Amino acid sequence: MTVRCAIVGSGNIGTDLLHKLARSATLEPVLMVGIDPDSEGLARGRAMGVTAIHDGVDRLLDHAVDVDLVYEATSAWVHRDNAPRYADAGLPVIDLTPAKLGPLVVPTVNLDEHIAAPNVNLITCGGQATVPIVHAVAQVCDVPYAEIVSTVASVSAGPGTRQNIDEFTKTTSAALVEVGGARHGKAIMVLNPAEPPILMRNTVFCALPDGYDAAAVRDAIVEMVDEMAQYVPGYRLKSAPVIETEVYGTPGGVVPARVVALLEVEGAGDWLPPYAGNLDIMTASAVRVGEAMAPRPTGSAGPGSAEVSA
Amino acid sequence: MSGTSDPPTRFRLTDSTLRDGSHAVAHQFTVDQARAVVTSLDAAGVPVIEVSHGDGLGGSSFNYGFSHTPELDLLEVAIDARTTSRIAILMLPGIGIREDLLRAADLGIDVARIATHCTEADISQQHIALAKELGLEVVGFLMMSHMIGPDHLLEQARKMASYGADCVYVVDSAGAMTIDDARRRVAALKAGLDCQVGLHAHNNLSLAVANSMAALEEGADQLDGCTTGLGAGAGNCPTEILVAALERSGVATGVDPLAVMDTAETVVRPIRPKQGVIDRDGLLLGYAGVYGSFLLHAKRAAERYGVDVADILLELGRRKVVGGQEDMIIDVAVELERTAATAQAAT
Repeated sequence: MTVRCAIVGSGNIGTDLLHKLARSATLEPVLMVGIDPDSEGLARGRAMGVTAIHDGVDRLLDHAVDVDLVYEATSAWVHRDNAPRYADAGLPVIDLTPAKLGPLVVPTVNLDEHIAAPNVNLITCGGQATVPIVHAVAQVCDVPYAEIVSTVASVSAGPGTRQNIDEFTKTTSAALVEVGGARHGKAIMVLNPAEPPILMRNTVFCALPDGYDAAAVRDAIVEMVDEMAQYVPGYRLKSAPVIETEVYGTPGGVVPARVVALLEVEGAGDWLPPYAGNLDIMTASAVRVGEAMAPRPTGSAGPGSAEVSA
Repeated sequence: MSGTSDPPTRFRLTDSTLRDGSHAVAHQFTVDQARAVVTSLDAAGVPVIEVSHGDGLGGSSFNYGFSHTPELDLLEVAIDARTTSRIAILMLPGIGIREDLLRAADLGIDVARIATHCTEADISQQHIALAKELGLEVVGFLMMSHMIGPDHLLEQARKMASYGADCVYVVDSAGAMTIDDARRRVAALKAGLDCQVGLHAHNNLSLAVANSMAALEEGADQLDGCTTGLGAGAGNCPTEILVAALERSGVATGVDPLAVMDTAETVVRPIRPKQGVIDRDGLLLGYAGVYGSFLLHAKRAAERYGVDVADILLELGRRKVVGGQEDMIIDVAVELERTAATAQAAT
């Protein structure tokens, strides 16, 4: 039995997700909700045999009985409006906006912890790309402060992302601490308009405390990158991690060194071309989390089961 | 004030020594320096003084350099020390957040300058709107304006104006504009906008004063300088030289030329005595069109990885990196080091 999924939001993220859900063995896109009847995303959905509607979530809630799981791919403030309505309808949600209503999830860090939560949040594309690296370093030493710079091609950032730029930085910063395990976090987002468009780039800086083990830090990062590449094939280190020694007065205290991981994410090219690794990592994580939440074949509890109060 | 019977000033000057100048001192300004600079510029009649981390509010970081003194402490001192000058901040959406702006507004700033890369004006909408709500004067700041033509720049400037900006600046972050480049961009914005227009010039090609004067001829309403030119890259348009050159041209600046020369000589020059030299690396920024604040970071990375700073700057220019991508300096330096090691192994 497949899990019937609704995608709310027919922009870049929603449309990329549509393609990935269509390939999943356990998840099935059945409904796509937009607000613009002429949206390319809705047209693509219709062409793939998905019911595509343009009058917002009202009709999704009418259809509630036909849907087991909602993917929110709108914007943080739209999700804040929609979330209570999904909850009233008993629909579990995987939130791809930076609204941060539910627990923050990164598949390689805490996939199993929040499977039963009615609303899980996927942070941001930059968070999906960088939190695992911070987590990996935090497994081998204390991380007093972590900072990330996420740069995406201008053409891959739609209006939702642009108007959410503060939410991006705030939600990602919080995730570096709450999920990554750093004591303080800061996220920076940059849009680059170069033509041809650049691949998504992420740079992770972790402050390293006295007595850090350089080899262990480097190995932890390399191992995590391999793990990430299992579900985001274009995720890779541009160069081996470098450790720079200098006295840094970070918000987490003075440290003798930092590790710098220079990452690149090439997308699978499902909707936007491969430069849009930011879409790819977000939707790949969304599928991974949805599959983990799907009911076991034996009928154990999961989305859409009686356990979710309606 | 100059004290003479000059005609009314046609434009307004903003001194950014305590913001753009922060790059030149690796963000190490102290409270005492901030107080001395503000007191002196205020007394000379400089109408607006900008104070922030070089990369704007929230810029203190690994990527851009940690501040010696929190910028809010510097702002507090600046607001306390001024008598007539208006105090401005800079913020870049993506680096700073609205909470940073709220905290600065609570301290009593007058002007918020919201900066984006020249093609990305739409990420400033929420920040410009918030600044207007807070009752601040708002300037939109289109960085790296040399990278797009006048028509495209106008299209972006119109967005900032539509969000509520009182003035939109042509910002030559790379100091790459010729006089004609500056003139055409300012003219396009003057012709197409109802709000004010400004120019922020850097001196990598030794054209900052000339570009600023050309901008005034095209009707610019606001100009920026930094005292002694203290700023990113080879430096900014030097405030005291701009004032002197304009007064000599019969353009009233509202600033006392002798007083601001004294500010430069006795207050700012001691902070960084060799400011004003356009060395090869500073010139390369202008020549290759690279964001000025990359310079010190590139010099440090060149030393750390044993590569040539010129090679780093030229590669950054080829990659068309934009303001904020200081992490790419490490990326390029590490790659150059690896290429050199591979070449050596092959011989």
